Amino acid sequence: MVQTLSLLYDRIRVEEKEIINAAQKKGVELRPVDAKELHLTITDFSRDEGFGDIAIERCVSHFRGIYITSILENKGVTVINPFSVASLCGDKLLCSMKLARAGIPTPKTVVAFTKEEAMKALEEMGYPAVIKPVFGSWGRLIAPLKDRETAQALLEDREEMGNPLYQIFYIQEMIERPPRDIRTVVVGDQIAASIYRYSAPDDWRTNIARGGRAEICNLTEDLREVILKAAEVVGTGVLGVDAMETKDGIVVHEVNSTVEFKGAMSVSEADIPGMIIDYALQRVKK
Amino acid sequence: MKFKCPECDGEIETKEVIEGEILTCADCGAELEVVKNAKGNFDLKVAESEGEDWGE
Repeated sequence: MVQTLSLLYDRIRVEEKEIINAAQKKGVELRPVDAKELHLTITDFSRDEGFGDIAIERCVSHFRGIYITSILENKGVTVINPFSVASLCGDKLLCSMKLARAGIPTPKTVVAFTKEEAMKALEEMGYPAVIKPVFGSWGRLIAPLKDRETAQALLEDREEMGNPLYQIFYIQEMIERPPRDIRTVVVGDQIAASIYRYSAPDDWRTNIARGGRAEICNLTEDLREVILKAAEVVGTGVLGVDAMETKDGIVVHEVNSTVEFKGAMSVSEADIPGMIIDYALQRVKK
Repeated sequence: MKFKCPECDGEIETKEVIEGEILTCADCGAELEVVKNAKGNFDLKVAESEGEDWGE
């Protein structure tokens, strides 16, 4: 039986291009589908043709991605990553809880629902701290709160922002770390590549999307174990596990679905896109 | 391949493109998405701008 895959995208980034190339190299039929050109009936669950045996969801818009995933799953299509994984990873609050419950070391995090309570939480936690929106990425709106004045100003700004999700105040201890974090691309139960992401000279965030620089990272056996466990805890898939080095060991602060691996690919010899295709094919066989 | 920027009419010259790819106009800086027009030829349209939920 010929196995066919589809790639759901809304923007072809380097990663999507490489996934398309990898399929071509392996002689696998992969149909790119532009999510912006879809309309899908959600009250009829007959198998929708056109998405192949398995769909690789790579939308840059998180909500677009998770809703398409859910619709396709309801129509009987297997999607990488599954809705349960993508929706969990897209929500920092739920993801932090999941990691902590599973005993994965993760930064201490407190959530408040009003500015006043957020200020109290900060007093208890102490400065500096970090505030993050519960959704979103590329370090967007993530801010270090160095003191009470900064916190007050920032929280007031947050209150002015329309989106109700910005009124969920996710406050995290500031981890004392070197100016880098560790991004590990995990495909299924395999580590594809691991890199240090150094923050750009004019930024404290390490996101490659913010100009961060990649360098290869050789994981110790202990780190591998923690990272693979974190990927398993959120439900397994093609994931980016982000960790920080502290003086007391490693903490996992985030697991990303729709992982960007441009940085990892630039320094690692691992064939990440090829591994993603192989993983998709394995899932078809199951 | 040669395109005209739909924003500023500047000339954009590029290697092979694929549908969905984003090009940046060197003249005006607009982000442009490669699309296929009704005739099946490649065309450029102004790309979606970054949303609050964009990224991994």
